Amino acid sequence: MEIFFQQVVSGLATGGIYGSVALALVMIYQATDVVNYAQGEMAMFSTYLAWTLMNAGVPYWWAFFGTLVLSFVGGLVIERIVIRPVENKPILTIVIVCIGLLVILNSVAGWIYSYIQKPFPSPFPPKPIMLGTVVFGAHDLGAIGVTLVVLAFLYAFFRFTTLGLAMRAAAQNPTSSRLCGIRVGWMLAIGWGLAAMVGAVAGMMVAPIVFLDPNMMAGILIYAFASATLGGFTSPGGAVLGGLIVGVIENLVGTYVSFIGTELKLTVALAVILIVLVFKPSGLFGRAAVHRV
Amino acid sequence: MSPRVRYVVLVAVLAIALALPFLVSNFRVFQFTQVAVYAIALLGLNMLTGYNGQISLGHGAFYALGAYTTAIMIDRWDVPYPLTIVTAGVLCLIAGFLFGIPALRLEGLYLALATFALALAIPQILKYFEHWTGGSQGIVLSKPNPPWGLPLSPDQWLYFFTLAVLLVLFVLARNLLAGRTGRAIVAIRDNPIAAQAMGVNTALYKSLTFGVSAAYTGVAGALSAIVIAFVAPDAFNVFLSITFLTGVVIGGLASISGAIFGALFIQFVPNWAQEISKAAPWAIYGIFLIGFMYAMPFGIAGAIRRVAARAALRGTAARA
Amino acid sequence: MAALLEARGLHAQYGWTKVLHGINFAVEEGGITTILGANGAGKTTTLRAVCGMVKTTGEIRFAGQPISGRPTESLVRLGIGHAPEGRGTFVNLTVEENLRLGAYVRGGGGGTVAQDLERVYGYFPVLAQRRKQTGGTLSGGEQQMLAVARALMLRPRLLLLDEPSLGLAPLVVREIFRIVRTINREERVSVLLVEQNAALALGLADHAYLMETGRVVMSGPAAELRQNEAIRRAYLGY
Repeated sequence: MEIFFQQVVSGLATGGIYGSVALALVMIYQATDVVNYAQGEMAMFSTYLAWTLMNAGVPYWWAFFGTLVLSFVGGLVIERIVIRPVENKPILTIVIVCIGLLVILNSVAGWIYSYIQKPFPSPFPPKPIMLGTVVFGAHDLGAIGVTLVVLAFLYAFFRFTTLGLAMRAAAQNPTSSRLCGIRVGWMLAIGWGLAAMVGAVAGMMVAPIVFLDPNMMAGILIYAFASATLGGFTSPGGAVLGGLIVGVIENLVGTYVSFIGTELKLTVALAVILIVLVFKPSGLFGRAAVHRV
Repeated sequence: MSPRVRYVVLVAVLAIALALPFLVSNFRVFQFTQVAVYAIALLGLNMLTGYNGQISLGHGAFYALGAYTTAIMIDRWDVPYPLTIVTAGVLCLIAGFLFGIPALRLEGLYLALATFALALAIPQILKYFEHWTGGSQGIVLSKPNPPWGLPLSPDQWLYFFTLAVLLVLFVLARNLLAGRTGRAIVAIRDNPIAAQAMGVNTALYKSLTFGVSAAYTGVAGALSAIVIAFVAPDAFNVFLSITFLTGVVIGGLASISGAIFGALFIQFVPNWAQEISKAAPWAIYGIFLIGFMYAMPFGIAGAIRRVAARAALRGTAARA
Repeated sequence: MAALLEARGLHAQYGWTKVLHGINFAVEEGGITTILGANGAGKTTTLRAVCGMVKTTGEIRFAGQPISGRPTESLVRLGIGHAPEGRGTFVNLTVEENLRLGAYVRGGGGGTVAQDLERVYGYFPVLAQRRKQTGGTLSGGEQQMLAVARALMLRPRLLLLDEPSLGLAPLVVREIFRIVRTINREERVSVLLVEQNAALALGLADHAYLMETGRVVMSGPAAELRQNEAIRRAYLGY
């Protein structure tokens, strides 16, 4: 029974990471109808930036918040400079640009930092925490905590601030937003910035577990797709919840179903995607697309 | 472009293509054979995504199915390779059609996700059934010799063989897409409800398109197995499917010539990228991708179309 | 005095298709001007041209400043409010959020925005009742009111109304037009009204233009056009 709780908590921790990346994907998808395939690589690059700062002697939390700021700026700049020229072009054109971005980021990271895995520090103490008779890793609990804080911040931002309202409006209805004087292009850029920031948090929380290397986020991106599919690509909250569920399922299946070793763990993600798509493509919380004829 | 100009261009291109194997090294001939193979695969995908609007991130699966069908038939039962190609095509036609049926319920992003999941699973499935597929080691084949004692090297023969298959398939595709079927397919892409209201059996056409598209890509896979003389699971990973989609978009959606441009791009640009930068070749490739999309958002064929259209407009304005 | 909005030789096109062929019109400060015409006459395109939503050549001046070629967002900041064709409701946001967005450019403290909300709820009590409902759940007439109200939140100098009567019951339309007249009188908001319903529009406006296939074919004080034989036959039905 204790193993069950441990796996659930550990699953929630990784699930929070999947959910964060899924959230970033959904944020951009809602505003642009484009899935940013480069989201994982952007997060990976941010994590390397953090590593560089820490290596230069910057204390952890300074490096952490510094990376958040740098990632926000980076995401914003990428949207304004790389994505803007193809903003109004067919969706597949934008997809190819995202793939190009993915490939560039991965390659440059490998070039600057090499493909050798590096350890990445966790801000949480290495000794485990006892709750009752169950032992939990401090990093697992810490990652859950950090994820929750980030999500709370985002929720409050979108719900209660004018800028957040303007961003929601720009995502839903750019034409009407312009009629309200909203600079839709910049709203999009800020959206990318926030998504990059969320991705950076996910990267920094996962790196201590899987070690830092340029291909670190590839598998996580796939889990993020599964999470967003499960929760619904039109629902930010759903994407996060989807992530938590996927994380827990992955861990429980890995523990209790014997023939699913680490090799076939990815199959769990794929199975989730396919099952959801067969039964309810819009996900648990997504809205089915309604087309006016 | 006026029919006369188009005809001249076609003949010129064909002449070059026929002369090519005698002008360049064997390795280059091999590369151009790959281009032809990719072009067939891209035409298949373009039919589905460009003309019919169904996005597939999983066509590598059909490519793999075709390749392994051929490899297994040759390796185990010594089937003559032309027959394996036909078999691969038929098998993929059926598989594509069957996959197309549940895919009917999925749109845009969701179809992309489903096909993406399929593409991800392929290498693992191939390794799992190692009794048939030879597992991670794959299957090794031998390159066929030219028949009837023709004075060609095996590479040259395969080039002409592939070229012949390509021409047949391209002509077939052109006739299909230019006629009623093509119009129905495009109508479904542009406005499925209106198409249905006009009596087009949307479900049937969509599944059929999936089948035909898969068949083309399967044939390409079969050819690639023969040309490369080797199949292994890791060659058919998700990156292959992404490369196909890239090729289709860069070449130009809803365009037959686009398949050739796209094939040239995905065959040669990675090599150029490596020549430009040994340290980060994929970064250069990515820059090429982004650059092409900035300069030609509708693909190479799309850009040519626009130039031709603008020239035609100026022509009519001048005559007016 | 110079007109608040003036257009001279205005051409507009969608892609390769020309829709406006060099039209001239003006809206006087404090006046209500209407543009009439059948479907496809180019009326909506004219409003879009004023708002920078379509490609134009020619001259448009607002309060003396040339504005052609400027993006929509910056024109809103000059004080041009637009209740567009199709209403442009933010269907997934609440009525109150829709209205707050109307006041977005004014920044300003929560104070002035709250005042404006009250003012606008005063004009459209039904919106006050539905303030927490999402925009998509409102009826057509209510969404039209929301569109006008949202434009008003801007405190515009010029209000552009695109076919407000379209698809609405006559009583609702009359109510909206009454409110527009009140706003024009009491708050000195100039109005450019595009309408197919000529009778209503001519009843409200001071000045009128008639457009056919992208050209202005007639113009003058509304009272005159109402008496005009040709207009009565073609557009007023008697």
